[in-house]
Parts: sequence; C-alpha cells; structure tokens
Amino acid sequence: MARQDPKKDVVIVGLGWTGAVLGMEMAEEGLEVLALERGEDRDTVPDFKYPNIADELKYGIRYDLMQKPSSSTLTIRRTESETALPYRQLGSFLPGDGVGGAGSHWNGHTWRPQPEELRLRSYTIERFGKQTIPDDMLLQDYPVSYDELEPYFDRFERMSGISGQAGNLNGKTIPGGNPFEGWRSADYCMPPLQQTYDATLFADAAKAMGYHPFPRPGAIASESYVNEYGMQLGPCSFCGFCERYGCYNYSKGSPHVCILDALKRKPNFSYKTKAEVLRVELAEDKKTATGVTYFDHRTGEEVFQPADLVILCAYQLHNVHLMLVSGIGQPYDPATGEGVTGRGYAYQMSGGVQMFFKDKEFNPFVGTGSNGMVIDDFGINQIDFAREGFIGGSYISSGVANGQPIRSMPLPAGTPAWGKGWKEGIGQWYGHAMSIGSHGSCMSYKNCYLDLDPTYKDAFGRPMLRMTFNWNENDIRMTQFMRGKMEEIATHLKPDLMQSGFKKEGAMYDVRPYQTTHNVGGTAMGEDPKTSVLNRYLQAHDVHNVFAMGAGAFPQNIQYNPTGLLGGLAYWAAHAIRTDYLRQPRNLA
Amino acid sequence: MKTLMRLVLIGIVLAVVVIAAMVWVPVQHTPAQALTEPGSAITAARGEYVMRTANCMACHTADDGQPFAGGRQIESPLGIIYSTNITPDKDTGIGHYSLDEFRATLYDGLRKDGAHLYPAMPYENLRFMSEADVQAMYLYFMQEVPAVNNKVPETALKFPFNQRWGLRAWNMLVLKEAEFKPVSDDAQINRGAYLVQGPTHCGACHSPRNSLMAQDGVSDEHPAFLTGGDVDGWSVPDLRGKDSVSAQWSTQQMAHYLATGRNDHATSVGEMSLVVEHSLQYLTSEDNHAIAAYLTHLSGSLEAGTLSAESATAPTETERLLTRADPTMSLGARLYIDNCGGCHAVDGRGAAEIFPALDGNALVTANSPTGLIHVILHGAELPSTELRPEALRMQGHAWRLSDEEVAELATFVRQSWHNKASSVSAGVVKPLR
Repeated sequence: MARQDPKKDVVIVGLGWTGAVLGMEMAEEGLEVLALERGEDRDTVPDFKYPNIADELKYGIRYDLMQKPSSSTLTIRRTESETALPYRQLGSFLPGDGVGGAGSHWNGHTWRPQPEELRLRSYTIERFGKQTIPDDMLLQDYPVSYDELEPYFDRFERMSGISGQAGNLNGKTIPGGNPFEGWRSADYCMPPLQQTYDATLFADAAKAMGYHPFPRPGAIASESYVNEYGMQLGPCSFCGFCERYGCYNYSKGSPHVCILDALKRKPNFSYKTKAEVLRVELAEDKKTATGVTYFDHRTGEEVFQPADLVILCAYQLHNVHLMLVSGIGQPYDPATGEGVTGRGYAYQMSGGVQMFFKDKEFNPFVGTGSNGMVIDDFGINQIDFAREGFIGGSYISSGVANGQPIRSMPLPAGTPAWGKGWKEGIGQWYGHAMSIGSHGSCMSYKNCYLDLDPTYKDAFGRPMLRMTFNWNENDIRMTQFMRGKMEEIATHLKPDLMQSGFKKEGAMYDVRPYQTTHNVGGTAMGEDPKTSVLNRYLQAHDVHNVFAMGAGAFPQNIQYNPTGLLGGLAYWAAHAIRTDYLRQPRNLA
Repeated sequence: MKTLMRLVLIGIVLAVVVIAAMVWVPVQHTPAQALTEPGSAITAARGEYVMRTANCMACHTADDGQPFAGGRQIESPLGIIYSTNITPDKDTGIGHYSLDEFRATLYDGLRKDGAHLYPAMPYENLRFMSEADVQAMYLYFMQEVPAVNNKVPETALKFPFNQRWGLRAWNMLVLKEAEFKPVSDDAQINRGAYLVQGPTHCGACHSPRNSLMAQDGVSDEHPAFLTGGDVDGWSVPDLRGKDSVSAQWSTQQMAHYLATGRNDHATSVGEMSLVVEHSLQYLTSEDNHAIAAYLTHLSGSLEAGTLSAESATAPTETERLLTRADPTMSLGARLYIDNCGGCHAVDGRGAAEIFPALDGNALVTANSPTGLIHVILHGAELPSTELRPEALRMQGHAWRLSDEEVAELATFVRQSWHNKASSVSAGVVKPLR
C-alpha cells in the first residue's frame, strides 16, 4: 500500500529549467507547490566547486552529472524490423540528472526559432507547394506564433542571462547581428562574449564570401548580471568547462544561479530529491489527474502525492514515457498512423569540417560552451526547399569550446590511436586545429516514434520507453547541402589538412558516438487532438489538469538548439495557467 | 604609626562598605526618556521592526533553537556567555518583566532580579534607544513572540569575572547619558545616527575597545568611535576615516551593501554577513539609506563615492605580471592565477555584486590577516536576502593549499595592485585551519 502525503495545489515532476520556471510562476501565484526530482540535490558550491568540477574523466567521460542507464534508460532501434535493445551505455545523447537537470551541464546556446519554423507546414505549402512535403513526413505548424511567443522568449532570455548581439530589433536590421532572425522587442541583456581566434578567422572568411557572421548567443555571462529574481551571474573566465560540467564561476545560466535560491525562499514552495515519479494517477473518467505516484528512494516506498495540477517538467523522453504509462493521450500506432503519444520523435542533424594548420595556434584551452561566430545564411528561411530538394536548414558556426585532453584532441585521419605515432600526432597537431560545424533541423516522420517496449521493463516493472529512429533522406540531403557550403568556407581558410564528417545517403543512426542531447517530440503541441497530445498552452488535450513542458512539445525539431524555444514556451504556458486556467480549470483550447 | 594604622583601617572599612553597597544596594534604573515622537504609533509591528534593527534574534537564538529562546554560546574574551531566553515565558524568559524592567535590560544591562548582564548585551548602545522604540519592542515581545520554556545554562566565567557586582563599577565608569543627541540639522543623517549609535549597535564591533574593554566612544563626539575594532582576531573595518568605505562608496552603494551583503565593490564576510542576514536586510530602504548618509557624513566626505566600479586606471604592475603569466613568477602569483583569478581577475577588481574587488579590499589589507586567511581556508557565503536571494559561495581551499601556500597567497594579495599590507607567515595560518 502506497503512502499518501498531504495534498498540494501543484506537483511538478523534475526540477530542471522548466520545473524551476514553473515552480516560481506557480509559487508566485500563492499556490502550495511541490517539486519532485529523481536525482540528487545540487548547487554551485559544493557540487560544482573549483577545481573538482574541472575533472574531465569524472564528468566529461564518465558522465557523473548524467542519468545512469543502470537505473533509468530506454530501448532503441533504427527500424521496425529490428529488435530494440536497451541503451546500456550513454552515447548519442546524455539526459541530465539531479536538481538543475540538463541546465547544469549544458553549453548555454540559446536561440529563438525563426518565425517560419513555427508555421513550417503552412510556410512550405505557401512558398513551395504541397508536393514539396514527402509522404512520410509529419510536417506540422506549431499552434502558437512567433509574435505571440516573443515576450516569453524575451523573458526567458533575460532570466537565464544571455550574452549576444541582436540582428533584428523590432524589424530594424542591426549590423553585427543575425539579419535572418525573427524580430526582438529588445537587445540581449548582455553584450556578446569576446571571440577566440578560430571564430574570428571563420567570421572573416564568411564575410569575405558575402555571408553575415554574428556572435553566438549563449547563457554565458560577459559581465555582472542580475535577473528579474535578483539572481546573479558573474563574468566568464573562459575556462572551457561548460558542456558536461556545472559552472564553478557563477557564469553559466542554470536553474541554480538564475532561479533556485529565490524559489527556495518561498514558504509555499518545497522540493524533494530522490523522488522518482512513476506515473500520473487519473480519475476514473480519465479526464483529470488526481496526483502522481512516486518512488521515494530515501524511504524505499511508493508515495501517492495528490495534487490539483500536475506539471511534467522531466526530460523529454521521460515526459513521453510518463504519459504512455499513465494513459494520457492515445499511444501512437505507426501501422495505422493513429494515436498521438509518442508520435513524431525527432533529433538534430549536424555535421562538421575539421581543419589543421601547421602555422596557426588556437590555444583551445581558452573557450566557452557558447563561444563562436555563426552564419545563418543557410537557415530554414533562406533555403529554397523546392530547388534544393529538402525541407530544413542549418546554422553554421566556428569557435572552440574547450581544449580538454581526452575528448578534444582532434587529429588528422590516419593518425595512430595509441603509441608513438599517436604521441607524435598530438605533438604536431594539438592546438593547431579548428572546425566549422553545422547544426540543423530534423523533421518528424511516420516511422520515427516512441512507444512502450514489449520486452524490457524497468526496476519498477514499467515497460521501458522504446525509441524507433533512423536518419531520413530529407535531412541527409540537407546536411550534404551544408557540407558543400562549409567546405567552401574551409577551403577559403587554406588549411594544410581538412576532413569532413557528414551523414551520407543510407546512413543509419548510431547510438554510440555523442551527437546531441536535443531529443524532441512525442508529446507534440497542436490544434488537432488527432495529431497532437498538447494544446497551444502545453495542456494535455485529454486531461486538462496535466501540462507538459519541454521539447517533447515540438511537432518537428527546429534548426537551433531547443532551450530558447522550450524556455519561452514554459513562460507562455505559465502565463496561461496563471491568468486563465486557475480561474476556471478546463481545457483552454 | 597609630595614625597610619587608623587610616589603613578606615580605608579597609570604607572599601568593605563600598563593595557591600555595590553588592547589596539596589541599582537605580535609568529613567524612561520623554516620548519625543507624540504622533507615532507604538505597536507590536513597529516593535518587530525595532527588534530587527537591534538584531536581538541573532544572539538570543541558539543554532536549531526556537526564536529568542536563548542558549546561544557567545565567545567573549572572558569565556563563554550564554544568551538569555527573551521569550515571554514566565519561568525561564521575560514574561514577568514590567516595561521598566524590560527597559533596564536595554539601558542598564540589569536583569529583573537586579543582577548585571555581561556587556555582550550591547546596552552601551541600546541605551540610546527612544522610549517609543523601547515600548514598541516591549509590546512585540510580550504579545507576538511565542513563549518558549527553555532554561539556558548559567554563564560561569572564571574569577573575578564571575563577580557580576563588579560590572556595577564598570557601568559607573563606562556608561554615558542615555539620550540620543542629534548630530545634524539633516533629518536623514539624524535618523542614520540614531540607528547606528543606538539599536543597530554598529560600534560594538566597529569601534575599538579601551583599557576597560569598553567601546572607545559610543557617539561621534569621541574620535575613536567607529574607527575599527577587532572580533575574534578579525580586524573590523574603520567606518569614518578618509580611506574608509564610508568615504569611498556612494550612499547608494553603501545602502545596497547593507541590504544585500554585496555591492559593486565588496561582499560581506564573517560576522557582518550575519548582521545582513538577520538584521539589515529587513530594514526599510529609507533606513539603510539613512545609515549610509550618516556614515558618509561621519567620514567627512563631501563627495561620497570616490570609487566607482569601472574606475579605469592604468594597469598595475600586478596586472601586467599576471597577464604575462610567466611560469617563473612567484609562488603567490601562481597560486593566485590557479585559485583566485577566474573570479577576482588579474586586475584584482572582481565583478560588481558578485566577485569582490581585492584591490583596496578592507578584509585583504586589514592589520590582522586573520579574516583573509579564514576566507582562503574556509570560503565564505553571502546571506540570501530579499533583493539578492543568491547565497553566493566562495569555496574553501584548506584541503588544497598548505600553510606555506596560504601564507604566500595571502601575502601576494595583501601586497598586489595598490595594496600595501604586511606579509603573512605560515605560522599564522596553522591555528586557523
């Protein structure tokens, strides 16, 4: 028999970025709010303190801040003809763990989608005709427009402390910024960070070729900053320990330095760690939730936590899993195309060109996770989908993030992987390499989805989440297009050696090498309950007192890193809950 | 010979009589002052605010204890003093105190039973409190504070300090007239002076002690008042000299520091962080600005705020040295780059509100390096406040640096940029671990 705890107004599942934002918004409404976090509690000191956190083996290689597959994982297959197997060793993506979630160990890249990306289906049909859309592609509009979201993007950016350079202020093009971005009501809250040598070389080459380089926007402070909660960031020291690490320098925007100390002061907010939510409990008519059941790892018992409002703020994969095991939304069936929960899982398509220069020294140990110069000349709103034969786009960038000795030691192809030859390679090339990367869209397809695994169960007896995902021709054509453009820029830089890494036709998804932790979809937002789980306020169509934050809401992925969009959506949803839902709880759409 | 004997005898008798009188003749309470603010309401809510200004809670609450139930161990140079239970509990607290008896604790350091309180209770300063504030605080304690039955351990100092009657003599020598005297025609400065000299009892730490271990002046007529003191070996900064923060910071920056423990130049450390946490963050912005205005006035600075966060000066020799980062530079400089530079930067200026400047930092250049060494070894944490909720922490380095290394590092920061303080030896570091 599960323990039952006293009822709360709101229970929040997961205390990362969106959990902290929603916690604050609900607490400011005066509600009794409880956040349940499955991982450990974490804070800058002691958990990220210097120099302990700058331990590449512990955090960069052994993933100390990430979820452990032995306690939580999913199964993965590429095609329906394969048998999905558990993801037993982290590789392709790295879900975060503990208070702060992925906000602890991210790089800080914070983008808004292009306005066209939020209405991609309509935009594609209007511009290029319906026939441009491949049959197997689930191309959908987001049910909310850029103009509606703009104030919430702005709020998230100001809260999380973004350094950058606006390119479009209220429709006016600002030199030095991204001329292809959507309008901004105000400039970034901090000026852009200083750039490293490789980024400067790239930007100069891009400019000479007629492109429009601008500094990458990121949640890395370029100066002292105080946000709306009175929370503070200090200027970055370019130590290069961002991705996979917590920041010891109070410089990287994270739930800890941007929200949590302010939130913890609220007497009506509390949180529990080591509290792993197993399912959302529904009322008999399945139209409302009564609370959640979680496993309390401290006491070793199941707990029923009643609540009037359940807000899922776990990582995208876990939100989808929770909805599937709780019976929220009809599970997607690829055979019939019916059902919505788990439908439209998407990822991110990226590629890179590595260059080696005998006579250039890049000092790669100087860097930040958001370092770099970018061009958006081949972004989604600059591509002729009909002419190029794909729907999508990429931003292209260069700028070293770190020079860590184990994982950031690029060597020319053919260099021995160990021994004398390897040592000679390191001696010759360490610090002499730079790269250009592309970060691009990945559409959703009928045969890429999440469902419950028929074989494997987790420690609580729940079927594991199963991912069926493979690369699709459309996105491979997109990345090959980028390859052409990027190799031109690389050639312009006249390196001594150059090598490219892009998905080629027929490439199969490989879960072993790290690619990106931008897993999206599965709880898509949309107007039509037949093709989406959530409405435009991230509220479950079927269960009105369940809201789900995060990138699961993306009907297909954008070309950018997802945090800016999911952060804006979180404030957008919170606004709807505060100003409308709480007055009259119901389906808002 | 007989005459001499007689005189000695008379002397002894007189001494016995005086001592007997000191011990047994009841002390007169300092009378109440006139209620000089006839229009102001005396309410428990006001009393709570006055309590915050006087920071009663910090000393009268034990770690993990009930608010105001006493029992906190206060380390004094004479030994451990236990704070008293000041909840309205009738057996163990002050529930049976009349207003006059309550006032006597604040003005004269007297318990209801006539025994003298040790001057860890800052009655040297609290006796400047207005009658309206005293009455309001009495209302607050009697009406709003929950009674807690908690018998605290009796303070047991060594002889002769356990002879509480001796404090009567001390009081006779030390205590000044119990009335706050306006210092200026400016109402804001006067309000600041009242708070500083009276309830907030800044002088208890920021003034030096005289040969009687009393505060060397409790109002600004005394030249030593607020010129810096010593707490547990930490040098407490001067608040009125021309190089003091009162002269260098703008009143805005000073008020922000009081409310949050941080400003563009510095962050609070040691006991001051507790004062911000338990007292000053609860003051109105007007009162913190009044304190700041008084301190500016006191420093004689006509143009407050000679220091600006951005004050761009030519790079110092230290900045050039650290920027070159030549591996042959001194151990202190290398330790600075490896442990401190990421936040405090090569120019020693840190960053506004988050990384305190070390160039010109009062803790860094203090006569006693104790505070600096303590922070290097054990780190520091800022209080979470309403305006600035982030409990910013600097981690400690005790596990990472040897005594010699700490000494080298402390010496380096004490003598770099514009700092010209004395060297630190490893022997000073060891006992602070």
